Amino acid sequence: MGLNVFAEEIPYLLIITLLPIVAGALLLALPNRHKLIYNVALGVATVTLLLTVLVFLGFDINGDQYQFADEYTWLPQFGISLKFAVDGISTPLVLLTGIVMFTGVIISQRIDDRPREFFAFMFILASGVFGVFVSLDLFMLFFFYEIAVFPMYLLIAIWGWKETREYAAMKLTLYLFIGSVVALIGALAMYFTSGLNTFDMVDLAAANFSTEFQNLWFPFVFLGFAVLGGIWPFHNWSPDGHVAAPTAVSMFHAGVLMKLGAFAALRVGIMLLPEGAHTHMWWVILLALVNVVYGAFIAMRQNDFKYVIGFSSVSHMGLVVMGFATLNQNGFIGASVQMFSHGVMTALFFAVVGMVYDQAHTRQIPELGGVGKYMKIPTLAFIIGGLVSMGMPGFSGFVAEFPIFMGVWQAYPWIAIVAVISIVLTASYIIRIVSKVFFGETPAEIADHLHDVTRSEKLALGVLAFFLVGLGVFPGMMVPMFAEGVRQIAPLIGLGGF
Amino acid sequence: MNPELLIWLIPLPPLLAFGVITLFTNRSNAASSWVGVGSAFISWVLGLLVFIQAIGIDHFGEHPFGSSVEWLPLGSGAFSIGVLVDPLTAVMLFFVTTTVLMIFIYSVGYHNYGQPKGDHDQKGLPPHGATVEHGDHSHTVPSVEPMYARFFAFIGLFAFGMFTLVVSDNLLTLFVGWEIMGLCSYLLIGFWYAKPSARDAAKKAFMTTRVGDVFMLLGIAYLYTETGTLNFRNILYNQEVLDTLAANPAIGGFWGLSAAGLIGLLLFIGTVGKSAQFPLHVWLPDAMEGPTPVSAMIHAATMVSAGVYMVVRMFPILALDEKTLGTMAVIGAFTALMAATIAVAQNDVKRVLAYSTISQLGFMVAALGIGAYIAAAFHLVTHAFFKALLFLGSGSVIHGMEHGVLHTGNHKVDPQDMFNMGGLRKKMPITFWTFLIGGFALSGFPLVTAGFWSKDEILADAWGHHHYVVFWVLAIAALLTAFYTGRQLMLTFGGEARTEEAKHAHESVPSMTWPLMILSFFAITAGWVGIPEKIPVIGGLLPNWFHDFVGGTLLKHPEALSSFDPIPLITSVIVALGGLSLGWLVYRNIKAGDEDPLKKPLGEIYGYIQNKWYWDEIYNGIFVHLANLLSEPFTYRFLDRTVIDGSLHWIAQRAFGLGGWFRDKIDGPIVNGFGDFVGSFTNRFGHVMRYVQTGRVQQYMIWAALVAFGGLFYFLAFVSTP
Repeated sequence: MGLNVFAEEIPYLLIITLLPIVAGALLLALPNRHKLIYNVALGVATVTLLLTVLVFLGFDINGDQYQFADEYTWLPQFGISLKFAVDGISTPLVLLTGIVMFTGVIISQRIDDRPREFFAFMFILASGVFGVFVSLDLFMLFFFYEIAVFPMYLLIAIWGWKETREYAAMKLTLYLFIGSVVALIGALAMYFTSGLNTFDMVDLAAANFSTEFQNLWFPFVFLGFAVLGGIWPFHNWSPDGHVAAPTAVSMFHAGVLMKLGAFAALRVGIMLLPEGAHTHMWWVILLALVNVVYGAFIAMRQNDFKYVIGFSSVSHMGLVVMGFATLNQNGFIGASVQMFSHGVMTALFFAVVGMVYDQAHTRQIPELGGVGKYMKIPTLAFIIGGLVSMGMPGFSGFVAEFPIFMGVWQAYPWIAIVAVISIVLTASYIIRIVSKVFFGETPAEIADHLHDVTRSEKLALGVLAFFLVGLGVFPGMMVPMFAEGVRQIAPLIGLGGF
Repeated sequence: MNPELLIWLIPLPPLLAFGVITLFTNRSNAASSWVGVGSAFISWVLGLLVFIQAIGIDHFGEHPFGSSVEWLPLGSGAFSIGVLVDPLTAVMLFFVTTTVLMIFIYSVGYHNYGQPKGDHDQKGLPPHGATVEHGDHSHTVPSVEPMYARFFAFIGLFAFGMFTLVVSDNLLTLFVGWEIMGLCSYLLIGFWYAKPSARDAAKKAFMTTRVGDVFMLLGIAYLYTETGTLNFRNILYNQEVLDTLAANPAIGGFWGLSAAGLIGLLLFIGTVGKSAQFPLHVWLPDAMEGPTPVSAMIHAATMVSAGVYMVVRMFPILALDEKTLGTMAVIGAFTALMAATIAVAQNDVKRVLAYSTISQLGFMVAALGIGAYIAAAFHLVTHAFFKALLFLGSGSVIHGMEHGVLHTGNHKVDPQDMFNMGGLRKKMPITFWTFLIGGFALSGFPLVTAGFWSKDEILADAWGHHHYVVFWVLAIAALLTAFYTGRQLMLTFGGEARTEEAKHAHESVPSMTWPLMILSFFAITAGWVGIPEKIPVIGGLLPNWFHDFVGGTLLKHPEALSSFDPIPLITSVIVALGGLSLGWLVYRNIKAGDEDPLKKPLGEIYGYIQNKWYWDEIYNGIFVHLANLLSEPFTYRFLDRTVIDGSLHWIAQRAFGLGGWFRDKIDGPIVNGFGDFVGSFTNRFGHVMRYVQTGRVQQYMIWAALVAFGGLFYFLAFVSTP
């Protein structure tokens, strides 16, 4: 056929960003029949996933830094425009969002409380996330950022775990909004100081802010966003939020939303205020180190299955921040890969936790056991996720963590020595879960409830596991893209060489 | 065929076998063993082809086989995966593929292939036996392992890891193989996962080796930071790089080391974990919970050898700093002696061998520490053969004893306790003779056995290079080795049967005894390729091929000792023969119900060594306790929930308080006055809005979002100029 799917004139990023939210609005117009709603949602998610795959495949590593660019003037008097483009770092993250959205919809098949609104909110959230990843305009980035955050409150407070949902939803919303306000102040400071009358981040990056300005404002911008990345000591919203949220929302939350924080901290904090980054990174890496070790320590002794995964996210996201804080290319590449790898891995974890909880009606590790006999595929998937999380070679976790530790060693060897403790701790809590939850004796109370999962749920787990193993065995499918993205921003930030 | 291509192919058959068995043949025991053993056979053939080509090339060390492809792109350049066969690898390939093949074949018989399914056997537990009707009477026979196919899948994956490690041309690929083996070790130690002891042992092994692994990972990171490459040839064969590494001080000035010294030390910690050296040795004896072929393959012949192989491989870097080498010598010698003392007081036939493995690995590490590169590599090879032989032999013994247990039906008798055995030489002649050969090789029985030549070379190097402390420590360890080997031989095979079960023991099937015989061939002859030329009378009859060939791996060909000194030779003869005779004397006539004759004279020391110097208890007390304390009470409850959440809640309460104050003091009196006025207006407005309003917050939010996006579309469509 003559149709060129990579044709310049198709505004892929605009479609990807707007499709979910438009579909969400349409969903509301549909009759509230469960099957219909689910099928439409699944259709939309599938189309979105395919589009993100197209963008991923269409991204030319040897091409320009920013591709699939699209610009629509919006408020020219303030220099705000709708400017979309992806680079080597954000393209895989767009794909990640597509993957998590697709699998999240499948996992939510059994949501029977107001499914229409549930999927509508989830899609609004997805639109917000896509928007942040593809925006090159600072104002629009904030705009989408808030769109991504606000449905979270409702998704948790309405569909969440009855015990803690209100507390957790409130805690999460407060943390994230305060964080974004702090970052916004920094962003406005940049806008006014630059005198360029533009929110275009490419222009702002060339604005040559004075060193004093950068040193003053970097902590605001960076920390404001890093809250969403779960940086210590502002991480506490995240385990509580993960646990209270319904499965698909936990997947979105830990899988994508936390990446949003790290990504925005990179794009707005480090890329626009590189000198500030160089000044302040020594304590940022210390905070990240606390994240890494502290989260792992806590995860080791939690009795709630979901809290273990929640705190493991705190630990693993610490590695992302740590990678960025090295300010060298290896650290950056590792951190970028970790964003993708952890996103898929943690989505898989939460999906499995959700399946186990749905059937066993408990998440207390001592009350579980022998689940593997009943749920073979989820067990296998969880083990794959576990191996990723331990940084086992052949899985994506290793491809991410190896460059991170390499980078950290180059920058601060002592921190690397302390941080590797987390690898041992991670192995310990993963093994604990695998042996206590999936193997061993099945307690009589839960044995009657356990049964195998549906075929579509297996498909979702399969999609997630595919990327974890694929990236681990064949890093060439994605890492060169990240590496190219990092290489292109390296001179701007003044990243150390290899 | 092009050797480079062959090398790439070597690791693949077992990996394919793993996939095929897991996906397709897992219901058929016959197909699974054919696939498993077949894959090991193909790898063995490939390995042998490469080996033969390699030894046919003069000065092979100067132009080894190798090729690589890009794998993980990084900041500058990319990591490659690649293969390399140089003299050291060629020798490794030979013994690794051979032992692996033998163990695969042995496993077929060990897991009772062809026997009926057990009456009550369940997955995750060793088979208990099956009842067979024979006309009017019935008897119990061994039953087939319930997870037979899974076993072959796992050891296939393991073999893939080991082959990958051996043929890799850089530290990264080596580490990949290293970790795959660690994982398989976990899976296979915990193979009988329904036994809590097996589960605990698997966890312990995995966690302990992982401590070593993370330091090794740091060492790799450091090496890469310093040199920009992890390729063996670019680092180890490049004098310039080596000189730089030696000249640069270590990061942080740690212990006055050079960069090479710290890198070497970090890598060495990886070996300490993998090869079970003090202080990370505690996992290996517990690992005996796995099936015996696993003990033989992973915990004697291959995986633990991989740790030593890595330091042998990295020797040019380690040799750059005296302190690193010194540390290795101390740790190796101490481990050799300590483990040997523990082995003396163990009653479990496999545990004796486990401690003996730790001790022998200590010999190799100590040898490297004193710079005896060739001797360490030599002992690595010979040890793999005779230790695999001994482990498989012990498996055969246990099998025979289990036969007896099935016959008597008394399941309280531990078939692994040597005090329950005795007199097995008559019942199991092949096992006896091969075990004897293996035991003699381990003790270093003079002139004939492989163990003698390699151990003697270590001792001779220690003496010749004036490391007298190391020499005497290792000599004592060698004496103890010969003693506990004599003890083991006598307790197991000597004297008369001490239990009913031992009387009814039974020789194993041919698929188990053939590997024993083949391995015993190598347990003798593998030593003959490395007889020093300076040894009187027989020296020079056979050329010292091993020295010349493996020595070519190094940039600077190591020199053989220039003169012959009789003291080490006499010492090794005396300790070997003395230890064996002593063991024979003390244990030749143990009767049923007798105590260990050592118990009385040794007194409290006996309890101390029998309890393995209490290392397990010490570690539990310190590390496990500390980690628990740190994670739950301190980090979680105190820091996370009390300090961080506490301050958050405090702020929230103050905010509520402030809100109340605003409400009472400002909002009520001042604002409300105005608000009431506005309120009446809102009231009217509300009447209109009632139609839009459904009372559901989420719908409001959606309306808000829709309005926002409506606005966006409006601007896109009408205001903006694309």
